[in-house]
Amino acid sequence: MSSRLLNQIGLFFAALVVVSPAILFFLWMISLSLKFEIDNGAYPPILIPERFAWSNYVKVFEENNFLLYLWNSVLVTGTATLLALLIGVPAGYGIARLKAERSAVVIMIARMTPGLSYLIPLFLLFQWIGILGTLWPQIIIHLVVTVPIVVWVMIGYFETTPMELEEAANIDGASSWQVFRLVALPIAKPGIVVAFILSVIFSWNNFVFGVVLASRETRTLPVAVYNMLSYEQVSWGPLAAAALVVTLPVLVLTMFAQKQIVAGLTAGAVKGG
Amino acid sequence: MSAIAPERTGATTGRAEVTTDRTEVTADRTEAATQAIEGSQSIRLAPNYWPFVVPALVVVSAVIVFPWAFTLWMSVNRWTLGQSRSFAGMENYLRLASDPRFWESLVHTLTYTSLSVAAPMLLGTVAALIFDARFPLRGLLRGVFVMPMMATPVAVALVWTMMFHPQLGVLNYLLSLVGIPAQEWIFNANTVIPSLVAVETWQWTPLVMLIVLGGLASVPREPFESAEIDGANAWQQFRYLTLPMIAPFLMIALIIRTIDALKSFDIIYAMTQGGPGTASETINIYLYNTAFSYYDIGYGSAMAVVFFIVIVALSFILLMLRQRSQWNDAEGK
Repeated sequence: MSSRLLNQIGLFFAALVVVSPAILFFLWMISLSLKFEIDNGAYPPILIPERFAWSNYVKVFEENNFLLYLWNSVLVTGTATLLALLIGVPAGYGIARLKAERSAVVIMIARMTPGLSYLIPLFLLFQWIGILGTLWPQIIIHLVVTVPIVVWVMIGYFETTPMELEEAANIDGASSWQVFRLVALPIAKPGIVVAFILSVIFSWNNFVFGVVLASRETRTLPVAVYNMLSYEQVSWGPLAAAALVVTLPVLVLTMFAQKQIVAGLTAGAVKGG
Repeated sequence: MSAIAPERTGATTGRAEVTTDRTEVTADRTEAATQAIEGSQSIRLAPNYWPFVVPALVVVSAVIVFPWAFTLWMSVNRWTLGQSRSFAGMENYLRLASDPRFWESLVHTLTYTSLSVAAPMLLGTVAALIFDARFPLRGLLRGVFVMPMMATPVAVALVWTMMFHPQLGVLNYLLSLVGIPAQEWIFNANTVIPSLVAVETWQWTPLVMLIVLGGLASVPREPFESAEIDGANAWQQFRYLTLPMIAPFLMIALIIRTIDALKSFDIIYAMTQGGPGTASETINIYLYNTAFSYYDIGYGSAMAVVFFIVIVALSFILLMLRQRSQWNDAEGK
């Protein structure tokens, strides 16, 4: 009995060691964002300062137009995710029912393709159409990220939902669309939640598309925080505060939806082979 | 779980009926409908699932297939943005073959990739073995462990840049505590790739951990009990029981990690932009610079094509290895 307890304590500390790089990093990130310049330049470094520099956060929003960029991020991620759900959920359903396994290969190839190779042709296309100054180019190109995620998760989900109800509805004379809408869709709600969360996270985090396609007014948060580096005397406090603002929404989402994220990622990854 | 099993069998049989010829289905439809009205429950109408897939097909071909076709076409053209375009045949590809900067970037890419596959694989497997066991606060710690891979890469990269700072960075201070001299990390051509790999490892070890943890969950208990009775120690149990059983999952993690490491962009671009000099310039970064700093989109497209071939080739080799190892296993029995 006591050896089992000892074993558990040993495992707990082993886990603590493994998690410590993550804990220390985020602690230091918070610490940097709450220190005045003088404390951030101190040697030896200070973890918890005597005075907290909440003004760093105020500065981020006042001096860098961060509210606009936050709104851009919400619009791009929100629209790209909703569009992906709109077309990806039915597609996942269709592929699962058709057993069209080759389409899964297409999605794997989409994963292998470097984002930059989409960017050159689509950049030219957007330029010709003349929509480069708007948010649309980013919304459209984010579909490259969001649609495969949604389709992938939904195929996996619909493959495990029972067919009996759908068959019964079919016999009762319901059309394919009615079967999908009234029978399959309600059962698939947990799967849709997983697809939504993963799609939001990976679209929100995307940097490479924005860095090419965004103009001054259409930057998303990751691009905005990167740009803070180039056009001002780099002061660490506000920069760390900005970095935290950018990543906080996804971290909060991760904390609250840990189970769904783990389920979605492992299912997708395992099927990916 | 067992409650779902019979339903799944039902689903499979149901699907077998769906895979009838589509034209036949259309022809039969009126007849089937008549029969359905007559109350004959035995005839099932195969629903048409294609309309569900079509919108996604349209979008995928617009956003994925079109760019590929266009990239191929651009790659055989001499084309710098703002200048006139002319057909170049294989010129861009030949230029790549004799471009020392491209070969250098290929070496950087392969170094960066092998390191950022090996380290997360090793650490991720160890972490998975720990998290597979039961101990207090396991769920919470696992949640924190997963956070780095969800954090925005650019934001993470900026904070790491501050931590790598040679004078004010916290890392050199930590090194000084254990008596190691200060390093220049990403600001020195010799240490820049290992430093970037450290960040990549920090961020992506959790993905390997999750995949391997999924594998460990599927490992049956019984063989370990009999091994225990036979007197096998913990290492032997791991080496001869656990490892072979989770091998397919390790292979999947390896393939995914390889693809992602080859494609890595955000961390490298945000921290060094390929510098100092070109010391950390991978193919992806060189490709970005060619297309969007020099606007040489013809040459950049050729690079994109070659880069994609490299990724597919490496993934294919890994998949072949996986198949061969499975084949060998079967042979061994």
